[in-house]
Amino acid sequence: MAKRVAIIGTGQTHHKSHRPDVNGQELINEAVKRALQDADLTMKDIDAVVIGNMDHFEGINYVDCWSVDGSGAVMKPIIKLTTGGTTGCTIAIGGYHIVASGLFDRVLVIGWEKNSESDTTGAITTAFDPVWDRLVFAGAISGLAAEAQAYMARYGATDRDGARVSVRDRKHATNNPYAQLRKEVTLEEVLASPMLADPIHLLDVCPRTDGACAIIMASEDLAVKSANKPDWIWATANRHPYSYLGDADYGRLTSMSESSKELYKKVGIREPRKEIDVIELYQPYSFAGLIWIEDMGIVGHGEGPEYVWGGNTDMGGELPINPSGGVISCNPIGATGLIRCAEAAMQVMGKAEGRQVPDVKHAISTGFGGCWWTDMILHGSEKPEY
Amino acid sequence: MKNTFEGIEPMVYESKISVPYSWWSGDTAGEFLRSLRDDKKLLGRRCGDCARVYIPPRKACPLCFAEMEWAEVSDTGTLLTYTVVLRRLASLPKDPPVIYGLIRLDGADTAILHMIGDIDPAKVKIGMKVRARFSQARKGSITDIEYFAPLSQ
Amino acid sequence: MDRAAIIGVGMTRIEGNKKTDTYADMAWEAVNRALEDAGMEMDDIDNVVTTSNDFWDGRTISCMAVGDASGAANKNVSCVEGDGTFGAFYGLTRSLSGSYDTTLVTAHSKGSESVSSLITNAAFDPIYERGLGLDMVSASAMQARAFMHRTGTTQEQLAMVSVKNHGNAMRNPMAQLAFKITVEDVLNSEMIADPLHKLDCSPVSDGCCAVIIANEKKAGKYARKPVWIKGVSFCSDSYHLGDRDLSRSKSLTAAAEKAYAMAGLSNPRKEIGLVELYDAFTYQELMWLEEMGLCGEGEAGKLLAKGAFDADGKFPVNPSGGLLSGHPVIAAGLIRIAEVVKRLRGDENGSGAKIGLAQGTNGLCGQSHCVWILGKDK
Repeated sequence: MAKRVAIIGTGQTHHKSHRPDVNGQELINEAVKRALQDADLTMKDIDAVVIGNMDHFEGINYVDCWSVDGSGAVMKPIIKLTTGGTTGCTIAIGGYHIVASGLFDRVLVIGWEKNSESDTTGAITTAFDPVWDRLVFAGAISGLAAEAQAYMARYGATDRDGARVSVRDRKHATNNPYAQLRKEVTLEEVLASPMLADPIHLLDVCPRTDGACAIIMASEDLAVKSANKPDWIWATANRHPYSYLGDADYGRLTSMSESSKELYKKVGIREPRKEIDVIELYQPYSFAGLIWIEDMGIVGHGEGPEYVWGGNTDMGGELPINPSGGVISCNPIGATGLIRCAEAAMQVMGKAEGRQVPDVKHAISTGFGGCWWTDMILHGSEKPEY
Repeated sequence: MKNTFEGIEPMVYESKISVPYSWWSGDTAGEFLRSLRDDKKLLGRRCGDCARVYIPPRKACPLCFAEMEWAEVSDTGTLLTYTVVLRRLASLPKDPPVIYGLIRLDGADTAILHMIGDIDPAKVKIGMKVRARFSQARKGSITDIEYFAPLSQ
Repeated sequence: MDRAAIIGVGMTRIEGNKKTDTYADMAWEAVNRALEDAGMEMDDIDNVVTTSNDFWDGRTISCMAVGDASGAANKNVSCVEGDGTFGAFYGLTRSLSGSYDTTLVTAHSKGSESVSSLITNAAFDPIYERGLGLDMVSASAMQARAFMHRTGTTQEQLAMVSVKNHGNAMRNPMAQLAFKITVEDVLNSEMIADPLHKLDCSPVSDGCCAVIIANEKKAGKYARKPVWIKGVSFCSDSYHLGDRDLSRSKSLTAAAEKAYAMAGLSNPRKEIGLVELYDAFTYQELMWLEEMGLCGEGEAGKLLAKGAFDADGKFPVNPSGGLLSGHPVIAAGLIRIAEVVKRLRGDENGSGAKIGLAQGTNGLCGQSHCVWILGKDK
């Protein structure tokens, strides 16, 4: 009944803080063309398009309709999915289901954002949820700071531990030609950077970015025929509960632990630390790189810092995290989750070039947003066993 | 179900979204707007593959994804359809009646949206020829064309 | 496609201003009605798709407001932004993908809380068009004129759509505007944007709809006889109105033809016995019917005048009263699906139809359409 689905091509823009040379449709078109080129296909081969962004960041209503000049969806089916920061991962999960349903064979998935076009403070006012506001915007990060503080109080972590994650991701970003910020930093530089919301320093958080990402998903028959080694989608899971500021279990990301458990159960993963080869984590600030890998079951509660300090999540370590440089190097929000998915796919396909982790059998990509929401995808180099 | 609000005026939270945007026009629309402002010329783009001339101009052909080149189109064209707005809709930039039309400029394969002026609303007809009337003070926006007026006038 | 069915539907009353209900309240009501209709508990639902729009809701991440009320707190959930027919399409794929069996789809909107003219103005391209001040009504008026010019459809024929649909609404307890009017009433109502009078336009409305979609494995396991999904297709035309022939809807024709083919309909005019379509404006009922090939070009108005689309006839169109009788955007298309389901099941008068069509649309002047063919029998 259900069909196996694989990613057969990816494309992204060279992400930048401002892209004054192109409008939104043109930015989208760059990513679409690269994905088509990567998959060795033309738009004629695409059966349907899934697109996502954050409406109030660009101020354009019915983006699915408006974007067709760039997405190539003229006289094709196009559908828009939007779930906040998780959008990029949500649309990849959407592409998966739409292909797995058997209704379409090749689907183009596009995430994009031109954060430079709106005023952050203004955009914040469009979401009344204060938790969400603080999660997504670098300018108002007290929700994340509360999480970090709670975690530090519970487990005795320090801001040096957070800084270590930032040093890792910013170093990784130097291997990624598409990343926006590609400059190595030292621990001292992170700790000396301006304090935004204690314990979060400027160099602990993500920037604002203009960028787009596109992936092409195909059903089993076409994926096997594809010129590329396909990246098979093994399972997806997500949780989007509604939380007021006081509802969250600060210091733990419940949506991540629940999604992870479901993901592992679906495919029989018992020891994720050993069975997963690389993770592209939607990590909007450095401390999440400690906390959320615990919620993901990679290490036990409170063990994140030690694991990270041991170099295990660095390139060449036991389980490299964010070889792309992650979200703190680049954050075009509507695309961010899809970039995680595309980067994980590139790892599985062996196309990650300077940031390639050797011999990737399983990768995980995640999305984060809303009010403490998580979306997750498990990728694999072999066909899934269902 | 019990009506909790019986006899009570429900509370309403009055607010508005006020988000300033600055959309980058990009190189393509930027050139169109510059030409409109400085030269009072309307620039379309011709697809290298299908040869269709698009206005408003696109960077790449939406149908072929092919590169395009600039192609000047006329400031005169044909009215394909129109409406006379009589109610003061919130989006209207001025008091009604406002006539909107879809105009296919000579030399273009697609039509542009704009206003129709200098005419009794009752006399507007599909198929009539119109010419762009440029604003005196142009600042690089689509309203640098004030409206399209009947060609005969 | 693999078989799937709609096994429960529920909706709120459509009202001009639901002062006492939040988005979550509306979703809660519609979801519970759908569960009750299906004879299901929330635990029988294994995943959720909500449908909303950040502009209409005046809120970024608008899905956040209804997720929990839709029972999604501990389930896999997603959100489609656009018309409910598109939300339902994604819900269908999730029930067919092997990941889930039963998908709850909701769609909501409260037009009363915002200014539709400004919200639909935001659908115009910000660089080339928005400053001109067009909105959905003025753009649709241009399309109405283009359609009338091409087909010879008259103002009176448009008015007859309004007369029929508001009249049909008198038998629909969920409708907002149910009344008996005459063609003269429509023609004498305020001219908003020529050729569209006030009574040619759908009202601003609040409402929510919920639909439960199950794959074949689960479809027969609950209270109601399933209504089977025979074909679904959607398609988008060009964005700029000037890139299209505004008097036509190529994307609707393409979507309808594919949906008919999926459903194995060789003569849709004969085989389809019931249509619920997106009549945001009177002309759209006639234009969409023609563009879906359900009558000849320029014939819809004449057939309407002869009573061919009456609720008690052989080919009822919008027997529920359609959107002219209540138009909560986003929910609108999902309501069309629910109305077809209710009529195929015989809960409401469906003139004995075995096959029904529901249609929804996204964007300006019907840029993107979604067409559903539903059947009483497997």
